[in-house]
Amino acid sequence: MTELQAERAAMVPRSQARPQRWRYLDVSIALAAFLVLAMLPMFIGSKALLDFVIRCSAFGLFATSLNLLVGFTGMVSFGHGMFFGLGAYSFGLIMQRTGVPVPVAFVATLVITTIVAAVIGAICVRLKEIYFAFVTLAFQMLIHSTILSWVSLTGGDQGLRGGIPRPAFFGIDLTNHVHLYITSCALLVTGLLLMRQIAQSPFGYTLRMIRDNANRASFVGIDVWRAKLTIFVLAALFASTGGVIMALFVSGAYPEFAYWTISGEGIFINMLGGVTTFLGPMVGTVLLLILNDTVTRMTEYYGIVLGIVILFFAIGLRKGLMDFAVEWYAQRRSGPAERG
Amino acid sequence: MDLDTLTGCLASSACLVTQTTSGFIIGMLLFLVAVGLTLIFGVLKVVNFSHGAFYMFGAYFAMTAYQLSGSFALAMLCGAAGTALLGLVFERVFMSRVYGADVLMQLLVCYAFVLIFDDVVRMIWGPEFKSMGMPSAFQVAPLFIAGGVVPPYYLLLIGVALSAAVILGLGLARTKVGKVIRAAAHNPGMVSALGINTGLIYGGVFALGGMLAGLAGALAAPVRSLTPGMGFSVLIESFIVTVIGGMGSILGALIGAILIGMIRSFGSLGFPLFTEGLMYLFMVIVLVSRPTGLFGKEVA
Repeated sequence: MTELQAERAAMVPRSQARPQRWRYLDVSIALAAFLVLAMLPMFIGSKALLDFVIRCSAFGLFATSLNLLVGFTGMVSFGHGMFFGLGAYSFGLIMQRTGVPVPVAFVATLVITTIVAAVIGAICVRLKEIYFAFVTLAFQMLIHSTILSWVSLTGGDQGLRGGIPRPAFFGIDLTNHVHLYITSCALLVTGLLLMRQIAQSPFGYTLRMIRDNANRASFVGIDVWRAKLTIFVLAALFASTGGVIMALFVSGAYPEFAYWTISGEGIFINMLGGVTTFLGPMVGTVLLLILNDTVTRMTEYYGIVLGIVILFFAIGLRKGLMDFAVEWYAQRRSGPAERG
Repeated sequence: MDLDTLTGCLASSACLVTQTTSGFIIGMLLFLVAVGLTLIFGVLKVVNFSHGAFYMFGAYFAMTAYQLSGSFALAMLCGAAGTALLGLVFERVFMSRVYGADVLMQLLVCYAFVLIFDDVVRMIWGPEFKSMGMPSAFQVAPLFIAGGVVPPYYLLLIGVALSAAVILGLGLARTKVGKVIRAAAHNPGMVSALGINTGLIYGGVFALGGMLAGLAGALAAPVRSLTPGMGFSVLIESFIVTVIGGMGSILGALIGAILIGMIRSFGSLGFPLFTEGLMYLFMVIVLVSRPTGLFGKEVA
């Protein structure tokens, strides 16, 4: 047995065992995170903090799902925010017009998102790079203008007003602030866990391969178009869930939810946190929201401060915070080993 | 939806002339912004997301110069020259640092400057709507063509934009500088190996693009209201124009701009609330049938 074969033989059982172990680890981290978040209201009575976590859940789901496209598949979508808006509007409209229970409305919203995302995705994913970015942006603006002009359904530029009814279900009363908080956390943690599973699955590795070399992927027999469309629809579902949380939080839906700036912010969050790690977008979300809240309180010239921070990341660090941290950690670990 | 108004307008020559002129005005302003975008993309391979800011600065520079000097020509000159300088500095100091980086980084740097420039304008000129006012030389009775109203200023605007198109087209095709620029777009490494300073060309093209956008802003100042953030809608529309016309094509930008101008002008009659939607719909249709735009070359 050559050295190489021996190595390979030793490798096989380990690599088979690894996915299983990782999955248990992910689930336990998710459970622990959820428990910590759920216990928070018992110790800290601050409503502002709970609001902050709810907003983080909405934008975190949105940004992480965008990273499935940008970071894992290399599809720079500039219109991902349309699904955020679509989720908020579909959920709000279903609740206002039909009065079905919340879970039914949630599932119906996901069904609507799947259909819309499949249609738009089928058109968009054929295009490459900057053209893909533009067509998704165009669709985003198309949906935004539709919301603005279809006044009888959506309320036009006033948005969905009059509040979204939130009848209690399974003992969960979403009009109660703590219940809403815990539901958001549950949605966030479940969403992140599911996306993590997608990212670590063989399908997730197929996506990385498409990102690195789409031609090679199609030579080894992968249907690139179908894989891209699948991840486009899946990412849309999580973005739409973020929109649902937002609609529940503000008890309404506004055209700004579907405006292109939401997509811009999503991309920015990804860059801020870093696209190479799974939790990078989540870190970016927290950073951006803190930045948002502190800067708007301190100065009216919010744009200048935010702009300078972006420049610092884009020209100074040239990568997101998590990317930077991971690289720094890897360097520190390998540093002494090289010397010794 | 208001199709009766639209068909009614199409039937009357007066309305047809008025709407076509207003379509041309929108189109020509868009063309000046879009052609800068398309040039910068063609040569530098950068999508200048902050191009709308140059349009905005052009308008504000022109307004200030006009208020200080009272000369319309000087106002135009200030708008164009000021933004050219701004473009040069912006490219040399910031954009040149992210040429090697991926598209996302370039978009972010531009996005940062959209935010910064809007706030700078808000600091200097204040957040409220401003207007420059029509210069007295153009405060004359409008022309009547086939019953439609055409203000003389509109003719000047169309004239300036069309001559810019011709000068640019001929300049790129016939002059030595134009040839060098086209060569730099094609193969910058070779051009620089031949002893030509490509940094200077890049800066120059960016300045030229900025100048055209600034000129558009200055020309628009008498007929539009000025506000921080005014560049944004123009930016999005000129993106649509470049994408429809094909990135990197000047003729494409001209045709695309006129098409979008007409869609806006006539669409506002037939679909008052969905005018913007019509543009996006048109863009989607063009991109789906011809992904590289009407006049774009196949990208490798």
